[in-house]
Amino acid sequence: MGMEKEPQKPQQVSYTVEQLVAVNPYNPDILPDLENYVNEQVASQTYSLDANLCLLRLYQFEPERLSTQIVARILVKALMAMPAPDFSLCLFLIPERVQMEQPFKTLIVLSHYLETGGFRQFWDEAAKSRHIVEAVPGFEQAIQAYAVHVLSLTYQKVPRSVLAEAINIEGLALDKFLEQQVVNYGWVIEMGQGGGQIIALPKTEFNHPELKKNSGDAVPLDHITRIFPILS
Amino acid sequence: MAANYEYDEAAGHYDDQAAALRQQEVGYDPNFVPDSVKSFVVHLYRHIREKNVYEIHQMYETSFQTLSERLFKDTPWPSVDAVAHYVDNDHVFCLLYREMWFRHLYARLSPTLKQRIDSWDNYCSLFQVVLHGVVNMQLPNQWLWDMVDEFVYQFQSFCQYRAKMKNKTEQEIALLRQFDQAWNVYGVLNFLQALVEKSAIIQILEQEKQGLEQFTATDGYDYSGGSNVLKVLGYFSMIGLLRVHCLLGDYHAGLKCLQPIDISQQGVYTSVIGSHIATIYHYGFASLMLRRYVDGIREFNKILLYIYKTKQYHQKSPQYEQILKKNEQMYALLAICLSFCPQMKLVDEAVNAQLREKYGEKMGKLQRYDDEAYGDKLSRRQRYADEAFGIYDELFSYACPKFITPSAPSFDEPLVNYNQDAYRLQLKLFLSEVRQQELLVGARTFLKVYSTISLGKLANYLDVDESTLRMTLMTYKHKTHAVDSDGKIISNADVDFYIDDDMIRVVNSKPVKRFGDFFLRQIVKLEGVINDMDRIKVESAN
Repeated sequence: MGMEKEPQKPQQVSYTVEQLVAVNPYNPDILPDLENYVNEQVASQTYSLDANLCLLRLYQFEPERLSTQIVARILVKALMAMPAPDFSLCLFLIPERVQMEQPFKTLIVLSHYLETGGFRQFWDEAAKSRHIVEAVPGFEQAIQAYAVHVLSLTYQKVPRSVLAEAINIEGLALDKFLEQQVVNYGWVIEMGQGGGQIIALPKTEFNHPELKKNSGDAVPLDHITRIFPILS
Repeated sequence: MAANYEYDEAAGHYDDQAAALRQQEVGYDPNFVPDSVKSFVVHLYRHIREKNVYEIHQMYETSFQTLSERLFKDTPWPSVDAVAHYVDNDHVFCLLYREMWFRHLYARLSPTLKQRIDSWDNYCSLFQVVLHGVVNMQLPNQWLWDMVDEFVYQFQSFCQYRAKMKNKTEQEIALLRQFDQAWNVYGVLNFLQALVEKSAIIQILEQEKQGLEQFTATDGYDYSGGSNVLKVLGYFSMIGLLRVHCLLGDYHAGLKCLQPIDISQQGVYTSVIGSHIATIYHYGFASLMLRRYVDGIREFNKILLYIYKTKQYHQKSPQYEQILKKNEQMYALLAICLSFCPQMKLVDEAVNAQLREKYGEKMGKLQRYDDEAYGDKLSRRQRYADEAFGIYDELFSYACPKFITPSAPSFDEPLVNYNQDAYRLQLKLFLSEVRQQELLVGARTFLKVYSTISLGKLANYLDVDESTLRMTLMTYKHKTHAVDSDGKIISNADVDFYIDDDMIRVVNSKPVKRFGDFFLRQIVKLEGVINDMDRIKVESAN
């Protein structure tokens, strides 16, 4: 069951860990490697759901070895993966009594706000818990990207104030942000009826239903194969 | 938490002392071998040596059940030592016999702790023999599936038993401490993993797609003189892993283990009804917890239709009760999925009719929203929401797997029962998703009725402020746009909308008449009629 430990060059460590997870996941010896890998993900702004779930599973098998700090980092990374349900997947593997402690209670509250569009409440709570969220670089940007994603699903045209609240950027910083979005992603700034700015978001099939490919009457190829014997 | 709907198994099943007592009471003599049993083992041994798979299957499925029913209703079969000399003391046959012996014990009686440990030892020996590749038998798929299925079941049963620490005797605790490797979670997972790897089943399935291997076409049987045991055990172990991961709450890993099996097609997993149902039940449940409701609905629909059409043929089978139980559970899970994701067009008519019959009233309550203007509507809405919450709890608790805590207890701490902990956690997390989904009931009700409505007006109807309404609408969008297994966003909304500044424009997708499928069905039907006609010989009148 032993895989040779390779010299600790950063890229090689992660390659080896992914291999371990794929080939030999039910092995308590790889726990330290997986913990190091979490810290590596935090430092290099990468993410691996498979490896993190594998670690949470090992913690489940040997609860004395659970590291609160590592689990907290995994959960913050999972929040950053939204809209994917990774945060819930992690919670399924963490014992209830652990979830009732800090910082997990706060993280669960943060997740709830994000799941239910409560961005203002989210940013307020995050501001009170800087030590948790600032430990992971890229957190703010990831949540802002998620906020933009949800807004893009919902709005063709969104008022500036709603956008500002969702991504927690105001004033000049927001102007700058909007400039970048206009240039890179085709956002369009218009004047609203009330005098404030309205931002027209890019057209997708989610906020422009007429763009939705109508698969209503498409017949899958494997259904047609059923009548090949007849046709010949 | 709500009461344990059918969650806890029969009270006596995990009490070691009661189990031992019960077995002593009926005056069981392990060394007495009735003639019918002698005949049974002699014939079974011969058929296995001669690789007569059909006869083995008959004896395994029918004779064993008949003898159990007639002679061993509430005692174990004769001990393996008593029958060994009838079968040349064949090592492998004895392992197989013991496996059946323990399975019978678990089904009819309650195992003692010692027996649980002995059964584990037997599985270790049996799997080691298979993994070392020295087995040259062909066994029926039913038997091989039952081995894996029972292995996982006994693991689940052991974890439940071990977690009830409160009434454990000193003796039991000493045994548990001594034999801490028995039914150890690492051991269980690694055996299943080893079977998957050693059999190279994943590569076999891959190569089969390219036409380089035959496996599914022969139902896993080896027609070139070899053995099917390792390959088929490896195959079924993938389903075993799916099941174990679901018991642990790791749905993502579970589905990954199942990935090599293409469930959109027939396969070896459909060759045994038990394996077919276990696969789809766990796939569907995992999909539900992963919020992939469309996947769950699609697969539940397929299998419920299949069971509906074929269950009459299984009435005499020993698995009949289990089939019915899983059938009911899957209807409950389907009801939950459809509540979160109302896509009735994915459900077959026959299945829908059954669903209405079993859960029609309950499903109605899950989506009930009071838009009447009279009286205290806020407290009425709260009452409906609470009622719906209770129904979700009931359905989930009835239909969920028997979750386990895999870690051993700390024997130094005070003895408590923690066998419900795993279930309570999964239920709690499921219900928190329910709470978030419940926020959408009101909005959904109104969106079905309007084609355009201002935010202000809708906020008024829902008795919330505009800011809250914006949140609710974003929640609706987020919850109806799932992330699939490839990371893509897919909408599963039945009613959709978009917001233009402060106006909501509702989009109602009109159900498209599906002509393609209709024509395909008629073509096949007509071909059948023509073939029938061709077979009719017309007598010439001479």
